[in-house]
Amino acid sequence: MALPQVKQDATDARLAALTMPEGSGWATAAREDALARVQTMGLPGRRDEYWKFTRPDLLTSVEPKPAAIFANDETPLFSEIDRVRLVFVDGVFDAAQSDDPALAGVEIDRLADATQTDIHWARDVYGVLEARGQKPVERPLAALNTAFATDGVMIRATGKAKLPVSLVYLHQSETSDAILHHCIKVEPGAELTVLENGPAAARFNKVMEVEVADGAAFHHVRAQGRDHERQAVTHIFARLGTESTFKSFTMTSNGIMTRNECIVELTGDDAIAHVAGACLGDGDFHHDDTVFITHDAQNCESRQVFKKVLRNGATGVFQGKILVQPDAQKTDGYQISQSLLLDDDSNFYAKPELEIYADDVQCSHGSTSGAIDETALFYLRSRGIPEPKAQDLMVLAFLAEAIEEIDNKAIAEDVLVRLSAWLERRRKG
Amino acid sequence: MAESMEAQVKEGVDQETVDAVRSMAGKYKYGWETEIEMDYAPKGLNEDIVRLISAKNGEPEWMTDWRVQAFARWQEMTEPTWAMIDYPVIDYQDQYYYAKPKSMMEKPKSLDEVDPKLLETYEKLGIPLKEQMILAGVEGAEDAPAEGRKVAVDAVFDSVSVGTTFQAELKKAGVIFCSISEAIREHPELVKKYLGSVVPASDNFFATLNSAVFSDGSFVYVPPGVRCPMELSTYFRINAENTGQFERTLIIADKGSYVSYLEGCTAPQRDTTQLHAAVVEIVVEEDAEVKYSTVQNWFPGDENGKGGIYNFVTKRADCRGDRAKVMWTQVETGSAVTWKYPSCILRGNESQGEFYSIAITNNYQQADTGTKMIHLGKDTRSRIVSKGISAGKAQNTYRGQVSVHPKAKNARNYTQCDSLLIGSECGAHTVPYIEVRNNSSRVEHEATTSKVDDDQLFYCRQRGMDEEEAVALVVNGFCKDVLQALPMEFAMEAQQLVAISLEGSVG
Repeated sequence: MALPQVKQDATDARLAALTMPEGSGWATAAREDALARVQTMGLPGRRDEYWKFTRPDLLTSVEPKPAAIFANDETPLFSEIDRVRLVFVDGVFDAAQSDDPALAGVEIDRLADATQTDIHWARDVYGVLEARGQKPVERPLAALNTAFATDGVMIRATGKAKLPVSLVYLHQSETSDAILHHCIKVEPGAELTVLENGPAAARFNKVMEVEVADGAAFHHVRAQGRDHERQAVTHIFARLGTESTFKSFTMTSNGIMTRNECIVELTGDDAIAHVAGACLGDGDFHHDDTVFITHDAQNCESRQVFKKVLRNGATGVFQGKILVQPDAQKTDGYQISQSLLLDDDSNFYAKPELEIYADDVQCSHGSTSGAIDETALFYLRSRGIPEPKAQDLMVLAFLAEAIEEIDNKAIAEDVLVRLSAWLERRRKG
Repeated sequence: MAESMEAQVKEGVDQETVDAVRSMAGKYKYGWETEIEMDYAPKGLNEDIVRLISAKNGEPEWMTDWRVQAFARWQEMTEPTWAMIDYPVIDYQDQYYYAKPKSMMEKPKSLDEVDPKLLETYEKLGIPLKEQMILAGVEGAEDAPAEGRKVAVDAVFDSVSVGTTFQAELKKAGVIFCSISEAIREHPELVKKYLGSVVPASDNFFATLNSAVFSDGSFVYVPPGVRCPMELSTYFRINAENTGQFERTLIIADKGSYVSYLEGCTAPQRDTTQLHAAVVEIVVEEDAEVKYSTVQNWFPGDENGKGGIYNFVTKRADCRGDRAKVMWTQVETGSAVTWKYPSCILRGNESQGEFYSIAITNNYQQADTGTKMIHLGKDTRSRIVSKGISAGKAQNTYRGQVSVHPKAKNARNYTQCDSLLIGSECGAHTVPYIEVRNNSSRVEHEATTSKVDDDQLFYCRQRGMDEEEAVALVVNGFCKDVLQALPMEFAMEAQQLVAISLEGSVG
């Protein structure tokens, strides 16, 4: 079916400005397939159902909107954690600033190197999980990423990784437009933690494909940088084997445009997938969490916990879906999305969906929106806690359920410190 | 006291259900056909047909123009595809848009002159058109202790209203209750003012089609301060083959008035599918209250998914004045395909909207139904309770929207959607849209999906019930919140329907 003219024009314009990187046979095939997908689907437009609450214009324009560099005086997240740092500056790997990748005790290759070789494990992952994730909902910006990503890392863990791999994204150019693509394979029984933080670029398009094999575990914690004007669209495509674990947590505390999509497929019995997020928004902040979890095996568990605190006209969006396929009996699916609106100008939009084709399941979702509970606030004040402090306490308590999804206690504590600092700054400013 | 009464009701409910299952072990009981000579408009749809329908109803020019404009608009529209329903392409040219019993050519002056065959039809459906004190729609109601409650009925047979009971008594109270074709002739000022003001002619594909070709329906006007002395009811019957039914209902509750309105529907059992696209508009002025209850039992198709009604309905209530209140209650057990979202526009301050729904799908039925609550005024309240039950190979979707606009300070919404799955080949889905644009409002949404509890089934079985009875009992318990919101007349019928609709879904 032909695309509407407006969409066709926007897609053509964007594609004309991009160059496909060179690579070996399999890599080129994967990229060309992805390009064909983008051409068939067209880039997202304002009228698309899946973009009902988020205007995709900033993410699809030919040139990114320039984003001022933010002078961050805060110690970066994860500084206290023993980890292997891999640094990207405006979307380009910087070996000089990075640690020796070998220290992590896992295989790590750059995308450019992996795609030059004729035989690489990544050929079974690169663009493969992304292509699977295009149904039933199209995600053209992820296909665009597969076709044109210029950098990224391929990480393969065959045992328990010695250290977490920490991807640090620095933003130094006001007009940078970065496209990164990471592939991760956690082999049977292996364990890996990946940390991500930083704004990355003025505009950042990132895809992470994660294959978690039988009995393997993957943990992911990220903090999206504080640069106020940055724009980002990120996709995580994960496929889970039998008795595997996938846990992902995202903290977002700034940015005029963030769309985080997480697409998880539970393909082996007894697998566990948790996706969580805490976000704090102020002013012209727009944050969108879009999650799609498919249960395609028996006795699996999935949890989605998303909390948003919004003020000064900030907008929070949650689109979550649990799809239970006919044979996925004994599924346990849980989903909660809540927003705390600190003033009258902020907005919250939610579309929490369930699509269920198996009868022996337990699925529930809840979504709430409202202001801080006046009674609780009054109680705290009656105990001698000043009002601003009492408010902060209430906000942190509200976010707690999401933060509890982080298994590593040190990291959870670290995240909590950032969130408190954010609240403190707002109170002063 | 209150407690013991509730206990009694519960007791009664259970027994009813059990009896219902026992006595009605069979197929769709409204599947027979009335053999009656019909006057059809030619098959197909074009501007001439639209004008012909208008002419047959003896409508004034402004009404004809309204229809023709709607038709022009419809031709530019495309059928919506976003609902989770899957049906073969409908050939809009392969339908009759007007069918009227020949005996109705000369409009009978009173019910006594109505063709006995038609009266018999309604008698058989359990809807006596005689003016007597009786509970409409409930079989065996003759034996029930008469409470002295009256129900006025407007009966619509294919394209025309057959008759309306208790008109004189209603007139005394100032209430106008007649067919819409009559209202267009007798009360043009009211129709002109309100028709299309809640559901505009260009609202959506099916509503626009209805605006062009609607043949009849009911009209209610309750004047200021009047509490309608009896329940009003419309009974829709599709009889003719290959005929679409497009009824239009307009209810106006003026300041401080109250009316309770019931709607029932059935159709004969046929191999071919039939189209039904209705529009219901409700205007609720200051301090007025409207209760609208539906038991939709169109022919659902047979157990192989053959035949059945395609039901595309637009229902909307506009709470225009402060403290206006509207309550939708629906029991959706019929139709092969249901596409229906009764909505409330809460414009007046402190206005209230409620939506209670039971949607049951079995065999190859598909339902995509829910509501919209649009909060525009301050201190507006809404409540949604939806129970979806899916069995056989059916698909059942709740689709709803709660939208709180920036000016709707202190709005409150509570939504609960529960789905029950019976069997491993069916599906139950929930698609809510929640939009909150100020912080003084509280919006809560909860949804669960599960199967019939094994422990509960086991308990019932152990007490000597067979599996089917046990399931019907558990399902009735699951639906209780909604069943209790129904007027008495419908609650009993609805309970029986819940049981029958699930027949053959276990074992």
